[in-house]
Amino acid sequence: MTVEPAATRLRHQVPLVAWLVLVWMLLWGTWSWANLLSGLVVALVLLVLLPLPHVVGGTRVRPLALLVFLGHFVADLVVSGAEVAWQALRPGGVRSTAIVQVQLRADSDLLLTMVAEATSLVPGSLVLDLDRERRVMTLHLLPVRDRDDVERKKTHVLVVETRLVRALGSAEDLAALEREEGQVLTS
Amino acid sequence: MTALADVVAFACLLSGAALCLTAGLGLVRFPDVLSRMHAGTKPQVLGVLLVMVGAAIRLDGWANAWMLLLVAAFQLLTAPVSAHLISRVAYRRRHVRRDLLLVDEYAGTGHQDERYRGDEPGDAPPEDPRPAAGRPG
Repeated sequence: MTVEPAATRLRHQVPLVAWLVLVWMLLWGTWSWANLLSGLVVALVLLVLLPLPHVVGGTRVRPLALLVFLGHFVADLVVSGAEVAWQALRPGGVRSTAIVQVQLRADSDLLLTMVAEATSLVPGSLVLDLDRERRVMTLHLLPVRDRDDVERKKTHVLVVETRLVRALGSAEDLAALEREEGQVLTS
Repeated sequence: MTALADVVAFACLLSGAALCLTAGLGLVRFPDVLSRMHAGTKPQVLGVLLVMVGAAIRLDGWANAWMLLLVAAFQLLTAPVSAHLISRVAYRRRHVRRDLLLVDEYAGTGHQDERYRGDEPGDAPPEDPRPAAGRPG
């Protein structure tokens, strides 16, 4: 483990402390200085006792794109819930499934994690494996009707990734994404 | 106004409970582990979220609503992770109904056991004969 400057370490720890304090306050349910201070103490003790590796790569939040992503995410969540519920209820049951691999374009731990989380909850896909080095995500699809349907679902994963990078990616992530999309369009 | 809120809350609670029921049905009816994980994540997460919304409307005070928000957030974060881990192990141990698979782009990448350990499903593909040397019996 490399020793890094205290300033860098502090910059990485602050969001985590803020999150822990927020969870503490939400658990208590009321706002008070006592809750804030005790939350701070608990968060700092946790960070000292159970240090986490910090997330590499910065992100930038774009509120409008984030709203677009969240809106689509909620809609996808409802659709996929209804779809799988129907698969469970309908006579005949599940007829075919598929295991596919998708080449992702984002190259940051945080973004790839979020893409995988979001993909597991959108219609028809479940993450089997995520190859960090090659950025390849393996998915189990259910239900699939035919091969066209498989291709459609693979494209949808890339659409989710694009929305997420637009919402939270750093400037480099966004530039890389647009470069690759341009290549796809011209080829 | 409260009547309307009650109706919305009951609709959320009932549909959420129904979705959780379909998740349970899916666990029984789906053919293999990977499909069952779909049932365990999507309708179940949506069901829990709807129950949380319904409860937040009915419960008085913000203190409870914040707690429900936390439950919902952690549900969204953890359900995919546990489903992923279980499916990954299931694939490795050949608990996959290959006759239902339309495409398998993951096959042949060394992510499956090469030898039987005795608890595979009846339709698991044949054992890989390559490492037979040195195996007893």
